[in-house]
Amino acid sequence: MTLETTPPIEQDSGVWRFPADQPLTLESGGQIDGLEMAWSSYGRLNADRSNAVLVCHALTLDQYAAGIHPVSGKPGWWTRLIGPGKPLDPAKHFIVCANVVGGCMGSTGPGSINPVTGRPWGLAFPVITIGDMVRAQAMLIEAMGVSTLFAVVGGSMGGMQVLQWAADYPERMFSAVCVATAARHTAQNIAFHEVGRQAIMADPDWRGGEYALHGGRPGKGLAVARMAAHITYLSEAALQRKFGRELQRDGLSWGFDADFQVESYLRYQGASFVDRFDANSYLYITRAMDYFDLAAAHGGVLAEAFRKARDVRFCVLSFTSDWLYPTVESRQIVRALNAAGARASFVEIESDKGHDAFLLDEPVMEAALAGFLDAAGAARGLS
Amino acid sequence: MTAVREDFREILRLVRPGSRVLDVGCGGGELLELLAREKQIDGRGVEISPQGVSACLARGLAVMQGDADRDLDQFPTGAFDYAVLSQTLQATHNPRTVLMELLRIAERAVVSFPNFGHWRVRWSLLSQGRMPETQFLPEPWWSTPNIHLCTLADFNALVSDLDLRIEACAALTRDRPARPMNPDSVIENWRAEAALFLLARNSAEPVEPEAPPGDLFGG
Repeated sequence: MTLETTPPIEQDSGVWRFPADQPLTLESGGQIDGLEMAWSSYGRLNADRSNAVLVCHALTLDQYAAGIHPVSGKPGWWTRLIGPGKPLDPAKHFIVCANVVGGCMGSTGPGSINPVTGRPWGLAFPVITIGDMVRAQAMLIEAMGVSTLFAVVGGSMGGMQVLQWAADYPERMFSAVCVATAARHTAQNIAFHEVGRQAIMADPDWRGGEYALHGGRPGKGLAVARMAAHITYLSEAALQRKFGRELQRDGLSWGFDADFQVESYLRYQGASFVDRFDANSYLYITRAMDYFDLAAAHGGVLAEAFRKARDVRFCVLSFTSDWLYPTVESRQIVRALNAAGARASFVEIESDKGHDAFLLDEPVMEAALAGFLDAAGAARGLS
Repeated sequence: MTAVREDFREILRLVRPGSRVLDVGCGGGELLELLAREKQIDGRGVEISPQGVSACLARGLAVMQGDADRDLDQFPTGAFDYAVLSQTLQATHNPRTVLMELLRIAERAVVSFPNFGHWRVRWSLLSQGRMPETQFLPEPWWSTPNIHLCTLADFNALVSDLDLRIEACAALTRDRPARPMNPDSVIENWRAEAALFLLARNSAEPVEPEAPPGDLFGG
C-alpha cells in the first residue's frame, strides 16, 4: 500500500450569486437575472493578484478540473495539467474553473428555477452563446477581485471560450492557451450535434423539454447523443487498438445484444453520461457551440477578432488524429493571430488518440504547456 | 558560456538592434535567443519538429510549428525586418518561391547554404565520380534532405533573376569566423564551403505569391 505523500492542494468551491441589478446580458438580446456561477478553485490568489488562471471546460465537463470530484469521487478532468509540479501549479497559480452558463453543475442553466414561474426553465431558457459564457466568466472573475488574468486556458469548447476572451477582453488577460479547438463550428461539427439533439428530442420522455415537471428524463435519447458524440472524440486507430473486433462473449448472439466490445463500451459511455448530465443543458450548450463563429462578428475576418490582442501571448495546440477540430482549424487561428501581430506559438502534437488526446497522457502537450506557462510566468514576474 | 556558432555570429553582426526577426527553421531557438539577448530583437520562429518547438516554448520564444515550403503564407506582408533561413534553402521543395516569400514577409532576408561549387565537392565528383560527403554535406545521396543544391554562381543567377540586391555576403567555414567575400568571384566559388547572404528587394513592392492566402475562413 502506498501512502499519499504530496500534501493536498488548497481547494475551494462555491456558487456566486449575482444581485438582480447585475443581469447577464445575452447576445440574443435577452438577459438572465440573478445569475449563479458555480466555481472551483485551486491554489491562492497572490498579494498583487497577478497569478489568477481561468480554466475553461469543454461541452460535458464541469468546474472540477483538478483535485477530487465531489460527486464522482474521481480525479478532476485535467489533473494531468493542474496539480503540484504540473504546468498549472496551485503552489504558483490561483486556478479558477467555473461551470458554464447553460450547464448543469450549479451555474444557471435550463434546469435552474425560472424566478418568474417558480418552475425549471426548460426550453423557456434563452439560447446562449460562447460569448455569453465568457461574459458570465468575466463577471465572476471581476467579482473575485481579479482585474487581469495571468492566463486563460481551455481545450475543445474551452478553447473556443479562450478565443472569445481574446476577442472580448484582451486587456484583462496576459496569456492564452487553446488546445484542440476551432474558431468556428464547421458543417460537420453542426451535423454531429444535430444528431445528438434529435436523439434527445425524439425520446418521448423529453416531453418538449418539460421532463423535470413529470419526474422523468430522456435518458435513452441523451445516451444515444453521447454515444454518437463519443465516437467523434476518438480516432479510428484508437478504437481499433482498444477494441478491434473483439467480442464480449464467446461467439455471436445472432441478435442485437452488444456482441462487440466496442458496442458495450459505447452503451456504457451513454448510460453513465445520463447519470451526470442534463439533456436540456446538452441541447443549449451544443447550440452555443454551433452558433460559434468568431470571425462572423468581425466582418468575416478572423484576424480582426484578435486586433486588440496583439500583446497577449498565445499558445495553440492541436493533435494529428483530431478529426473533430483538426489541425487546419488551429492553423487558421494561428494565421489570424500572426496577421493581427500577436505573439503566437503553435504545435501540432503527434497522437493517435483523436480529439480526446487533450485530456489524456500526452507528454509533448505537457512539456509545451509547461514551457509556455513558465516563460509567460517569468515575463509576468510570477515566482 | 557556450560557443556561438560562427554563422550565428555573422547574423548577429548583420541584424539591426530592436528589429523584428523571423527565423525559419529555428530549431531549438538558439539564434532567436541570442538575437533577443544581444540585439533586443522581437523574434518569431518557424520550426518543423514538435521537439524543437517545445524547446523554443521553454525559452519563452514565440514559435510556430511549420514548414518553409508550406507555411510562410501564414505571415502577413512586411511583418518583419529580417527573415532568416539558415542552411535550409537547399532542403526546400521550391527554393525560388521560399526566397520570394522571405522577401515578402520581411524587408531583408539572411540566407545561408552549402556551396556545391566548393573544390572538395568538385574534386569528389571528378576523382571518384561519387556524390560528395563533406562537413556541410555530411549525408549520403540517398538520405540527404538536401534536394536543391546549388553553387555560389547558381545562387547569384537566381538573385539577379529575382531582382534582389546583395547587401552583404560572407564565406562560411565551420568553426572559423565568417569572411566577407565578393559573391561574383570565380575563385570564391571554389573556396567558400558555404555562403551567407543579406538580401533585399530592388523593387519597393514585395511580390505577392501567385495564389495569395485566401481570406480567413474562405472569405
